[in-house]
Amino acid sequence: MKKEKIPRQEMPKQKPEERIKNFNEVALGYTEELAIKEAQRCLQCPRPFCVDGCPVNIDIPAFIKLIKEGDFIGAAKKIKEDNVLPAICGRVCPQEEQCEKKCVIGIKGEPVAIGRLERFVADYEAEHGEMEVPEIAESRGKKVAIVGSGPAGLTCAADLRRMGYDVTIFEALHKPGGVLVYGIPEFRLPKKIVEREVEFLKKMGVDVQVDVVVGKSISIYELFEQGYSAVFLGLGAGLPRFMGIPGENLLGIYSANEFLTRTNLMKAYLFPEYDTPIAVGERVAVIGGGNVAMDAVRSALRHGAKEAHIIYRRAREQMPAREEEIENAEEEGVIFNFLVNPRKFIGDENGWVKGMELIKMELGEPDASGRRRPIPVPGSEFIFEVDTVIIAIGQGPNPLLLEETPEIKRNKWGYIDADMETGKTSMKGVFAGGDIVTGEATVIEAMGFGRRAAKAIDEYIRTGEW
Amino acid sequence: MFKILEKEVLGPHVNKFIVEAPLIAKKHKPGQFVVLRLHEKGERIPVTIAETDREKGTITLIVQEVGKTTYELGDMEAGDSIMDVIGPLGKPAEIENFGTVVTIGGGVGTAIVYPETKAFKEAGNYVISIIGFRNKDLIILEEEMKKYSDELYVTTDDGSYGMKGFVSDKLKELIDSGKKIDLVVAIGPAIMMKVVCDVTRDKNIKTIVSLNSIMVDGTGMCGACRVEVGGETKFACVDGPEFDGHLVNFDLLLKRLATYREQEKIALERYLKFRGEA
Repeated sequence: MKKEKIPRQEMPKQKPEERIKNFNEVALGYTEELAIKEAQRCLQCPRPFCVDGCPVNIDIPAFIKLIKEGDFIGAAKKIKEDNVLPAICGRVCPQEEQCEKKCVIGIKGEPVAIGRLERFVADYEAEHGEMEVPEIAESRGKKVAIVGSGPAGLTCAADLRRMGYDVTIFEALHKPGGVLVYGIPEFRLPKKIVEREVEFLKKMGVDVQVDVVVGKSISIYELFEQGYSAVFLGLGAGLPRFMGIPGENLLGIYSANEFLTRTNLMKAYLFPEYDTPIAVGERVAVIGGGNVAMDAVRSALRHGAKEAHIIYRRAREQMPAREEEIENAEEEGVIFNFLVNPRKFIGDENGWVKGMELIKMELGEPDASGRRRPIPVPGSEFIFEVDTVIIAIGQGPNPLLLEETPEIKRNKWGYIDADMETGKTSMKGVFAGGDIVTGEATVIEAMGFGRRAAKAIDEYIRTGEW
Repeated sequence: MFKILEKEVLGPHVNKFIVEAPLIAKKHKPGQFVVLRLHEKGERIPVTIAETDREKGTITLIVQEVGKTTYELGDMEAGDSIMDVIGPLGKPAEIENFGTVVTIGGGVGTAIVYPETKAFKEAGNYVISIIGFRNKDLIILEEEMKKYSDELYVTTDDGSYGMKGFVSDKLKELIDSGKKIDLVVAIGPAIMMKVVCDVTRDKNIKTIVSLNSIMVDGTGMCGACRVEVGGETKFACVDGPEFDGHLVNFDLLLKRLATYREQEKIALERYLKFRGEA
C-alpha cells in the first residue's frame, strides 16, 4: 500500500484583523504534534542538499530525526553545534532561498518546513529551561574584542568563547542585538528572544558592554593597548539612505531606521508609558520594496494608520522582500503601489508633509542587479496625499566608528575592504564581517561571516601570522 | 549605570550634575555631547558636556527642565544612577587662535559655550563673552565665564541684571562700536542663534552655532537630527553639532524641533501629575 503523503504543516498565526491591533508575534509556532508530523516528511537523504543551502551548515536531517523521535531538547542541542541563535534564525532566515530551496521533496511538492522546525525546538528548549551551556575549551589567556552585537558579532563572540578566548562585546546602543533589536519588529522577532540568546552568551562567559561607542568612547588603538589580541568589527549597515529630492526634511518624513528604532528599541508604541514619541498619521506611505519596507509598513498599521501604502518603483516580481513578508503585508491590508517613484514632497504651512509628487515608471532592460530597470514615464506625474512617509530604500555603512582609523581600508561604497573568507582587514589584528563588509545581507549570512572570522582570528592568535 | 556624584540646583529649573563616566571624561573635547537615558522606559536625549574631570573620571551636565525627561532628571539626587550615558558624541569644536572671539551663551546654552570659552582663552584668543538670561534668577556660570573672558557682558530680557535686552543687542553694540571680531560662537535656543546670525551675516563675521536638534541614537544611524546646512542635508549628531551659522536653515530647524510638541505636552503633564500624587 502506498504511504499517505503528509502535506507541509501550516504554522498557526494570529488572524490579520486581530494582529494589526497589536505588536505581538504574528506566527505562533508549531505544537509538538505539528512539529512531529512535519518532521516525518523529511526523507533523511544520505546526501542532504539542504545542509549545503545553509550558510552555517546545520546538520538538518539529524535534528529533524530527533524531532521525529520526540527528543526536542536533543534536536536543539544538535542545531546549537552549528548555530548559536536558532530561535532567531528559525524566524528571520530566508529559508525559501537557502535550505528549503535545496530540499529534495520540494522539487515536486512543498519542501520540509525546516525553519519552522528550527524555531520550534529552540523555543521548546528555552521554555523547558534546559539551555545548557556548551563545553568551553580551556582558557587561552587571550582577549578578543567584538565591536557590535548584531548577528555577526554575536556569532563570532560565541565561537571564540567556545575556543577558550576571553571575549568582550562592545555595543554602542543601550541594548545588545544590533539590527535584531532596533530593526526587526517585535511582531516578527520578539525582543525577549534576542535577550534570551544574549543571556545564553553571557552564561557562556562572554562579557557584554553596552553604551560604548568604539571610535568615540574608546579607540581601536586603545583596545590593543588594553591587551586585546584581535578586534572583530561587526558594525552593520547603519547609515540611512535618503532620496535626495526636494522636501525630504519635512516633518513626518522618517528614515526606516528612525521609524523602526523608535518603534522597536524605544517602544514608542507604548507611549506615554514609555517616553519615546512617534508621529504616525492616518495615511502612511513607505517607499521601498525590501524586508525593511515591509517591517515599516506593517508597523505603521499597528501604530493605528488607517491606510498603509507601499510605494515601489518596480513591479511585484522585482520586490526584494521575502514572499512570506509580502503575503503577511497583503493579508493585513497594506496597499501596494507599483511602478511609481516620488519626485518631491509637499508640505503644509507648519512644515508637515501632506503629499508627494509621484511619477509612473515602466520597466526597461535589466540593470546590474539583473532586475529590469525602472524608467520614468514623462508627463505622468500626479499628487499622492499622505501625512507620514517612511523612506526604506536601503542602508549604507556608518562611517562614524572608522573615522579615527584610516588604515582600515574601505571600498568605493564605504564598506570595509576585508577578505571575504577570513574577514582580515588592512589593519593587522583587525577583522570585519557582516553587513559592514558585504553590504546589506541577511542575518544568517552575517552569522556565517562571523563564524568564518572566528576561525581566522583563532588561527591568527595561535600563529601570529597575518 | 552611571552614578550621580553631586547635584546642585543652579536656579529655577536649572540643575547641575556631576556624573561618574570615566571613559567619556577621558575622551571629551569641548563641543561634544552625550546621549542619556534615565531608565528602562526612558527616551534618549542629547545633553552637551559642560566640563570634565579626567582625574576623577567625571563629567558635568547642566540641564534645564523643559520636558518630561529633564524634569525627571531634575528630581534625581546625588547617589541615584542614570541608566545609560553614551559618548562623547559629535565633532569637537574647532579651537584655534583666531584673534578676537566673541562667545555667546543663551540660557543654559551658557553651559555649552563655557568649556569653549575656556578653550579659546587657553588657545590665546582675546575672548569677549556675552551671556543672556530671561531674568536675574536664571543666571548661571557668571563667575566661571568671567574667569576665562577678557570682557564679560550679561544681558537679561527684563533688565533685572546687567544690560536689558538680548545677547544679540549687546553683540550689535560691540560691532557698532567698531570692535574687530574674528569669530562669533553662539550657543542657545535656536531662535537666539538665528538672530545672532542675522546680526553677523551682513558684517561677514564667521559665526559658529551648536544645533540642538531632536536625536535618537546620536551616532548617525537614524537621521532624526537632520538639518539643512548650505542647502545640503547634514546629521547634527555626527556632522555637527557645530556648523557655520550663516549656512544653517534655522526655519527648518525650528519647525523640526516642534515635531513632537503634542506628545511632549502629554508626557510632561502625565509626569507632573504622577509626581504630585507620589
